[in-house]
Amino acid sequence: MALTEVKTDAVAAAPGGRTRTVHLRVWRGTAAGGEFRDYTVEVDENAVVLDALHRLQATQAPDLAVRWNCKAGRCGSCSAEVNGRPRLTCMTRLSSLPPDRPVVVAPMKTFPVIKDLVPDVSFNYEVAKTMPVFRPGPKGPDGRYRMTQAEVSRIQEFHKCIECWLCQNVCHVIRDHQENLRHFAGPRFFVRLAALDMHPLDTNPREELARFARDRAGVGFCNITKCCTEVCPEDIHITDNAIIPIKERVVDERYDPLLWLWRKVTGAR
Amino acid sequence: MEPYATHDYDVVVIGAGGAGLRAAIEARQAGLRTALVCKSLLGKAHTVMAEGGIAAALGNVWPEDNWRVHFRDTMRGGKLLNNWRMVQLFAQEAPERVLELEEWGAAFDRTPDGLILQRDFGGHRYARLAHVGDRTGLEMIRTLQFRAVHLGVDVFMEVTVQRLLTDAGRVAGAFGYRRGDGGFVLFRAPAVILATGGFGKVWKYTSMSWESTGDGVLLALEAGADLIDMEFVQFHPTGMVWPPSARGILVTEGVRGDGGVLRNREGRRFMFDYIPEFFRAETAETEEEADRWYTDKKHNRRPPELLPRDEVTRAIYYEVKAGRGSPHGGVYLDIASRRPAEYIKARLPSMYHQFKELAGVDITREPMEVYPTCHYAMGGVRVDADSAASTLPGLFAAGEIAGGLHGANRLGGNSLSDLLVFGRRAGLYAAQYVQALRNHPQVALDQVAEAARDLLRPFEGPGGENPYALQAELQETMQELVGIFRTGDELRQALDRIAVLGERLQRVRVEGGREFNPAWHLALDLRAMLRTAEAVTLAALERRESRGGHSRLDYPQADPEWGKVNVVVRLRNGRLELERVPLPPLPDELRAILEERG
Ligand SMILES: Cc1cc2nc3c(=O)[nH]c(=O)nc-3n(C[C@H](O)[C@H](O)[C@H](O)COP(=O)(O)OP(=O)(O)OC[C@H]3O[C@@H](n4cnc5c(N)ncnc54)[C@H](O)[C@@H]3O)c2cc1C
Ligand code: SF4
Ligand code: SF4
Ligand code: FES
Repeated sequence: MALTEVKTDAVAAAPGGRTRTVHLRVWRGTAAGGEFRDYTVEVDENAVVLDALHRLQATQAPDLAVRWNCKAGRCGSCSAEVNGRPRLTCMTRLSSLPPDRPVVVAPMKTFPVIKDLVPDVSFNYEVAKTMPVFRPGPKGPDGRYRMTQAEVSRIQEFHKCIECWLCQNVCHVIRDHQENLRHFAGPRFFVRLAALDMHPLDTNPREELARFARDRAGVGFCNITKCCTEVCPEDIHITDNAIIPIKERVVDERYDPLLWLWRKVTGAR
Repeated sequence: MEPYATHDYDVVVIGAGGAGLRAAIEARQAGLRTALVCKSLLGKAHTVMAEGGIAAALGNVWPEDNWRVHFRDTMRGGKLLNNWRMVQLFAQEAPERVLELEEWGAAFDRTPDGLILQRDFGGHRYARLAHVGDRTGLEMIRTLQFRAVHLGVDVFMEVTVQRLLTDAGRVAGAFGYRRGDGGFVLFRAPAVILATGGFGKVWKYTSMSWESTGDGVLLALEAGADLIDMEFVQFHPTGMVWPPSARGILVTEGVRGDGGVLRNREGRRFMFDYIPEFFRAETAETEEEADRWYTDKKHNRRPPELLPRDEVTRAIYYEVKAGRGSPHGGVYLDIASRRPAEYIKARLPSMYHQFKELAGVDITREPMEVYPTCHYAMGGVRVDADSAASTLPGLFAAGEIAGGLHGANRLGGNSLSDLLVFGRRAGLYAAQYVQALRNHPQVALDQVAEAARDLLRPFEGPGGENPYALQAELQETMQELVGIFRTGDELRQALDRIAVLGERLQRVRVEGGREFNPAWHLALDLRAMLRTAEAVTLAALERRESRGGHSRLDYPQADPEWGKVNVVVRLRNGRLELERVPLPPLPDELRAILEERG
């Protein structure tokens, strides 16, 4: 199908306003191999990288594989490496990138590629299956649970996670040592563990959560480089607010198993 | 023929948004082998984008609130075309479903005494929406996702179901393809639950994702099930208009619920000029009264900005048409001048972020520019109120793809509770259906072979057409001719154009292989989009009146006769047929609720 024969007017027309010309260098290929290819597209002046990829798809590369859903930074589907930096392509404005160089778009590097910009992220969903579950205590006499906004705010930070897997992608424990995948859950799952640990209604024995964090999730491998925090599009303070408290918990439980009980009784933190 | 993988289940749920997840949880809890199939990765369904909250009469903020008031608000918001029994079950069960989410780990915002906080939304008499800032959908989908995975629901991600299989008038399974490697998949199951969400992608400016192509509409029609209320499409009053690349992205109604107001270019709060007779008694007359309402609901009436969505959408349309719009062809939504910056950032963090990143606008200092965007389908698969069963045995439907609950217009916040209430019911009754089966339906291999051939057709067309261009033309057509306001002539033109696009779709020849090939996926999705567009347009042509999400310039009034019937659409011998069916009669005790003062 030669491009000239195809009716593309409806998609080729920029949606309105001023336009800009973008040079894209996009990784094309599959698990079997691939290469960067250069393209030029015309997009709206305020467009984001994902808009440029969509324009490319509609006009020149119909089979270009890209994931997306919300186009508003809410679903965590469109993660890729733009000019070498892992980010959400739907929240990366072209005007924020250097105009004199091509915009280089590659799939997240840590995961095996399926095609073009779409990686196989199934590892994360496998880890998710092993996570401990929330076990609430009994309800109040009126059949309701009570929590204060302050208690809830702490875990709401962690619940903001959109599972974009960017933190998993940058963490060098996984990135440089694929063999660690078997015993290292990754920053996203430390966030999840912290959310469970700090949930005011949860009754999982804390020493069990600590044991899980140490033995199954491998929190000990993390050496607090903070790369995960830097890429998190939701501004979750992954290291300070999630990982460090978990590490402390692990240390406490390990060296002082009675500490937990004492805290439980006295309410001290 | 093409090889395919075969999976056997008791219940197959198609769609992993709130409705599908809740249905799968229920079926699994009943001990059945349950599969959950979705086009994207798990947790990315449209539900994740829901912002403002879940409507349920918990009575945490206003103890006066109860299911009767919620019933009344929902029926009136739907212009009384709703299926009353669905509304009753919905209003009664929504609080329980929300509390259940909390039991599964959801962390809603709190009242000072530690209960779930509720916020104001359009058409709701009391502050009723349980929420987590402006990212309620994310909290809901994660909570359900974790629970479903924990219970052992088998999830098939990035698999698109293309056809339902039947045996002697009953469901026998579903057939589709894996997006990743293009391989084919057969599910053998006596019960299938459709939870495929809406079809906003059929319009140009929409708040919805690539997934919302109306697949459920096509699947139901081709299997022989009825649709209902397809003419009612909700254009949410406030979508982004600028920059063009962000056009259509939603601005939550929570902005108005938390005090934001609409102004035209002259700075006038124009909604006071558009209060319809039907809502006059319950709407504030002056700005002072409207502003007092936020803190004293007993002695004041609701601001007109919080009228049901169809009313606000039409008002914005008229203001812009009259030349009083903003520079980019919208109107202003202003919360900056009305609430402190800290309050705005705490209540609407995602909106703050969204405008900052995409438009370079700081909503704590400047007004937003907004215009209506296609948002929600009131219509969908016709279901039994109690069991969520479609008219085809073994096929159930819940969530946005099911019709009936919302009538002519949906109130904000009522979708998320709809997903929970009827998702659960669909799972429960599908499980009962399977457990009561005596002889299981069999999959006919000729249906499988035919479905497989259909899937490969886009690789074999003569060429010369681009699926992306066809999609764009369909979206233009629907935006222009089947939008907020409709006329008979334009609807007929739209039908002609849809038919031509259907012929052109046959010519598409997709390049490349079967591995993650979006052009192929789109060519297949276009079949659903075209059928959906046709069903909406035909139903819109049929209903010669204006009501809720259906406004006809050639029939501008609501007609009491049309207020007694729903329009049903079905596929017979390859053609769509219409039928007007009378509304089920409303029992006296519920009629009395409607007449209570609001
Ligand atoms: C921006 C935004 C904000 C909103 N805010 C609110 C709010 O605050 N309150 C409220 O009540 N409502 C809100 N809504 C509406 C509400 O979010 C949706 O109506 C609701 O989430 C729909 O849920 P669902 O489970 O029916 O379908 P969806 O969440 O749309 O999920 C559909 C699922 O079906 C799958 N699917 C579709 N077709 C196929 C196929 N062929 N094969 C396999 N899988 C398929 C998809 O992959 C997806 O998993 C909002 C909507 C938008 C767009
Ligand atoms: S801080 Fe820990 S988890 Fe985060 S990137 Fe560094 S090593 Fe990985
Ligand atoms: S923690 Fe942040 S970076 Fe990691 S998956 Fe969640 S949102 Fe993405
Ligand atoms: S498309 Fe949803 S985060 Fe980018």
